[in-house]
Formats: sequence, structure tokens, C-alpha cells
Amino acid sequence: MSDAINELRAEVPLPQEGFEVVYQRPHSLNDTQFTYCPGCQHGQVHLCIAEAIDELEIKDRMIGMAPVGCSVFAYWFFDFDFISCPHGRAPAVATGIKRADPEAIVLSYQGDGDLASIGAAEIVHAANRGEQITVVFINNAIYGMTGGQMAPTSLEGMVTSTSPRGRDVSIAGKPIHVVEMLSTLSGVAYAERTTAHDPKGLIKTKKAIKKAFEYQMEGLGFTIVEVLCGCAINTRRTPKDSAAWVGEEMNKVFQVGVFKDIKEEG
Amino acid sequence: MSQMTAEAMKDDLAWLPKGRQLMKGNHAVCAGAIRAGCTAYFGYPITPQNEAIEYMSGALLDVPNGIFLQGESEVASINMVMGAAAAGRRVMTSSSSPGISLKQEGISYIAMMELPMLVMNVVRCGPGLGNIAPHQGDYFQAVKGGGHGDYRLITLAPASVHEMAEHAHLGFELACKWRNPAMILTDGVIGQMMEPVDLDAIPVVDWKKPDWAMGVNRTGRKPNLVTSIWLDPEDMAQKHLEIIDKYERLKAAEVRFEEYMCDDAEVLCVAYGSVSRAVMGTVRKLREEGMKIGLLRPITLWPYPYATLRELAKKVKSVVTYEMSWGQMIEDVALATRLNPVPLHFVPRHGGLTFNPNDVETPLRAIYANPQNSDTLWEIS
Ligand SMILES: Cc1ncc(C[n+]2csc(CCOP(=O)(O)OP(=O)(O)O)c2C)c(N)n1
Repeated sequence: MSDAINELRAEVPLPQEGFEVVYQRPHSLNDTQFTYCPGCQHGQVHLCIAEAIDELEIKDRMIGMAPVGCSVFAYWFFDFDFISCPHGRAPAVATGIKRADPEAIVLSYQGDGDLASIGAAEIVHAANRGEQITVVFINNAIYGMTGGQMAPTSLEGMVTSTSPRGRDVSIAGKPIHVVEMLSTLSGVAYAERTTAHDPKGLIKTKKAIKKAFEYQMEGLGFTIVEVLCGCAINTRRTPKDSAAWVGEEMNKVFQVGVFKDIKEEG
Repeated sequence: MSQMTAEAMKDDLAWLPKGRQLMKGNHAVCAGAIRAGCTAYFGYPITPQNEAIEYMSGALLDVPNGIFLQGESEVASINMVMGAAAAGRRVMTSSSSPGISLKQEGISYIAMMELPMLVMNVVRCGPGLGNIAPHQGDYFQAVKGGGHGDYRLITLAPASVHEMAEHAHLGFELACKWRNPAMILTDGVIGQMMEPVDLDAIPVVDWKKPDWAMGVNRTGRKPNLVTSIWLDPEDMAQKHLEIIDKYERLKAAEVRFEEYMCDDAEVLCVAYGSVSRAVMGTVRKLREEGMKIGLLRPITLWPYPYATLRELAKKVKSVVTYEMSWGQMIEDVALATRLNPVPLHFVPRHGGLTFNPNDVETPLRAIYANPQNSDTLWEIS
């Protein structure tokens, strides 16, 4: 699969004497290519997670939950223990793991169909119990893997393969606001929404994820970072237009910001 | 609880269930599990197994590193079990029929992930909400897979309260030896009645986290992956072949059953679990009258004692299956005897009704007198 890349690499001269490495692939990522589509931000968010883990030096303590969705093979990319969970059940699996191995730092990586639809009960109860886990929630307003069906987060009027005339809120309800909802629960220590559509958003995303891991390390409770992402392929947009759509349309419906921070509350 | 703590100060092993006790089956299974090294339980209340989750909610708090959590649903609970099993714990859950149906997706994943765990189904009468009376209608679900895909569960059918404790240990041993989920299939009769249990006879296991388990990586090993997905059919086929081979070895090694007065029997009865006790009583009684009747009690329902049944059936004039169902294990009896067609009889109880002595004896006398007794004769249809 990566033969072409490897050939290219072979042609690129190695750093000469006097050079020092200032930027490289995070240790927490494997030396392999992402398999995500053009215009998808799963890869960028993986990078944010990996950099946060490297900076906190917690790679050896990490256990990841891969969801059912486009990131089902997240374990191809991350270089630590992983389990691939049934659709929506990652927070329950994470509960079992964290309680069995409390020293572990547990990451539940989930899409919006996975977390906000089929797994709505599991995420609410894990949050309410204050499970010491970190959830990275990819809100791309659509079911990516199955080909662009309506998600609970799809915008009002949004055309998807199962809402061909646009999401009709009288039939399907309005898009669900996950971090707002979860931040009402006392078990939640940190809840933030960020966006991954531009570099500024990605810097904030990484910061938020790092903070969430830190809170988990301190045993403060449940932490979640919702990241607004694009799905260019299934929304029939170019990667550029898809990113712009996230920045404009999604951002209007889903406001970025910190919704719960147990430390700020004192 | 405070008394327990005071005792614990005197005795490091105060948490260990021990001694000869008069117990309910649902308690005995948990006591046996804790002796067998079970340190984690996740479940959701449902009758007639609530004594199990209630027992664990207290007992596991005293077990070193014990974990008890009442999940928000059976779906969540089985996935918590998956997580704890992947992290190397001996972990169990229990439920009853409607709850077991909800766990099937998770059990299918666990089987393909080759994780050991123990699940108890205290079967109640279905389909649907049914009622809470004893029944055996979940036999197919237990022994033929239950969830999606080709897997099988190691299925144990205890017939006494002491055996509930024994089977908790056996279930964990087999599950861990073969890296396959195991199920205790029982009913409210065994689950809720009280009998003496010799807990000291149940081995104490100090379970250690296996190498394949996930967890904090203290040795710099390669990442451990627990998964049930192989996207490339070539890879999946290879995985399937490995598991098929494992199942063949398991079937050859782990069949368990009890033969009762089968040697010179002319009529062979087949029954498992609570039903086998009613049948055994009747066999004993009719033997005293000189009637040559025997009983085969499968202890493992998967793997099933096909070979034993085939050999025993060669020597008898008829085989009678007693079951609290519309007719499930009888199909395995038919499979076992397909090459030497002996008349098969089916005596069921429905709706949650249990077998009274007469329900066993009256048809048995008729079959003994006439191996072709038309009231009970059964054929595949
Ligand atoms: C029980 C179950 N139902 C449905 C599916 C099919 N399925 C696979 S991925 C998916 C949607 C995933 O969408 P999302 O969580 O938004 O993640 P994305 O693919 O967009 O990253 C569905 C419905 C499944 N695998 N299991």
C-alpha cells in the first residue's frame, strides 16, 4: 500500500550533519498512511491526540477504543493498545477497561452516529458516573462510513442520503447538542467543543484534548472534546468548500467553546 | 458489612466464600465465581436472577481489586464485561432471557475477539416478556450461537445448587483455557432454591492477567489489539479456520455428562438442568419396580454428548426427551441418533409449568409398555 511513499522516501536524502529534527511524526502514531478520504479531518484529529499524548508522555499508559464508523481502524494509526468496540458501546467498554486497570489512560474515539445516536445511553451514563475516561467526539454531521445518511447532528434542512429533501425537524427533530447536554451532569469534569476545519481550530483542538487527558490523569472525572469536522465526500463538496462549510454553517449551529471546566468552577 | 470489615482485620481471606452453607443457586454461582478468581461483575436487574447481582454488589466490594457496577442496561453491561475481559480480568455477568437477548451482539463480538468471560442465563419463560417461571426455551440461543455469526458458547447446565458453584469455576477454567465465552444455562428452580453447598470443594484460583490482555504497558511490548474485524476475506477466512480448529479440539476434550442407570436400560430418558432431577427421581422409583429405565443428563450442552447418546441409543427400544420448551434439545437428540433410528419421544412442559412426578411418570410408563406410544412419538417435521 505504501510502496510509492517508501520509494519517494528512499529518494529523499536523510538530514545531513548539522541538521536537527524539529518536527516529526509523533511517537504515538505508527509509520503508516492514513486511509481517510480527502477533506476528512479524522487524520488531523488523530494527529492532535498523538501530539497531546507525546507531550504528556503517557503513550505506555494509553488504551484506545475504536468505534464503528470511518475510524474503525484507528488502531492502524495509533501505536498503543486498542480494542474495536461494537457500534456506540465504546463508553461501556471503556468503563470496563478503566475500572479493571485504573492506571491506564483511556481514550474513547467516537463519531456522531456512534455516540449521539445508537450509543446515546452509554455516553450519558458513562458521563454521569464520572468515568475517568476521555472521549474525542467527531461531529461531522453525517454518517460517513455507511455513505452519508442523516446523523442526529445533521443540520436543519441538510440534504443527506436518508433526508433527500433536507432534514425536516418536524420528522427528525433538531440537531442534538452533545457537549451542552453532557455538561449538565455532575460527573463531567471537562467538556469543550472545538473545530478542526482550520489551523487555528486544530491548535485549540489539541490543547483541549491535552487538557482532557490531564484531567483524566488527575482523576477529576469524565472529559469530552467534541470536534466539528467535515465529510467532503458524503456532502459532495470539495475539501476546501467542506472546510468552509464547517467554519460557517456548522459553527452557527454548534458553538465552539468550553461548556464545563470543573477547575474554573472552583 | 461492618462486621465483615472487622473479620477482615482478623483474617486476610475474610472475603473468600467458604465452608458448608445453605445457599440459593444464584448466590452459590457467585460464591463459586469469586473462589475461581472472578474479580469483576457488571449486570442489570431482572427476575429470577436478582440474587446474583445483589450478592455481587456486596461481595465484590470486599474482594481485593474487586469491581462491581450496575450497568444502565444489559447492552452496556455486556460491553463493560468485554472491556474488563480485554483488560485480563476474570469477569462475569448474569441475566435472564430478555436481558440475554440484549447481550447477544456483545457476546458475538466477545466470541470473535476470543475473550474469556462467564455469563449466566437464569432462563424464564418467553417469548417476549413472557413470565418469570422456569423454562428452557433459550436452549437454541445458548448452544447454537445466539448472536450473529458462526460462534458457539461453552454451555453448562447445572442441576443442583452445589453444581452452580462448581460450574462457575468450571466455566471460567474452560473459558480461559479455550479463550471463548462460557454460559451457565439454568432456570429459576436451580437459581432460587436453597441447598447445601460445600464451598471448600471449589478450587481457589489466583488469576493473573494474561500476556495478550490490554493495559498499562510496563515492558515495552508491542501494542495488544483486541478486535473482531478482519476486512480482507482472506484474513477472515484464516481466522475462521483457526477458530473452527479450536472448536473441534474443544469438542473432543470437554464433553461432560452424567449417566444414571443406563447399563441395561430399555428406555433412555434425556433431560438437563432442573428437569433432570424430576426425571431422575422417577427413574429411581420405576427401577424399584424392576423397570429398566436410564437417564442421560448432558452437563455440557455445547459441546453436546452426541457420541455417548448415539452409543446408548443403540441399546434401547426408545428414547424420551423431557424439556420445558416447545422442542429444542430434542433436535440434538435426533441428530445424535440419526444413524440408528430408534423411536424418539418428546414430553414437554409449557408456559413456565414445571414437571410434577406424574408428568414424568405417566408418559414414561406408556412408552415403556409401547415403544411406539403415539401420544409422545416425535419426528422431525
Ligand atoms: C449495530 C450496528 N448498526 C449499524 C452499523 C452500520 N454502521 C457502520 S458505521 C455507521 C455510522 C457511523 O457514523 P458516525 O458514527 O457518524 O462515524 P463516521 O463514519 O461519520 O466517522 C453505521 C450506522 C453497525 N456496524 N452496527
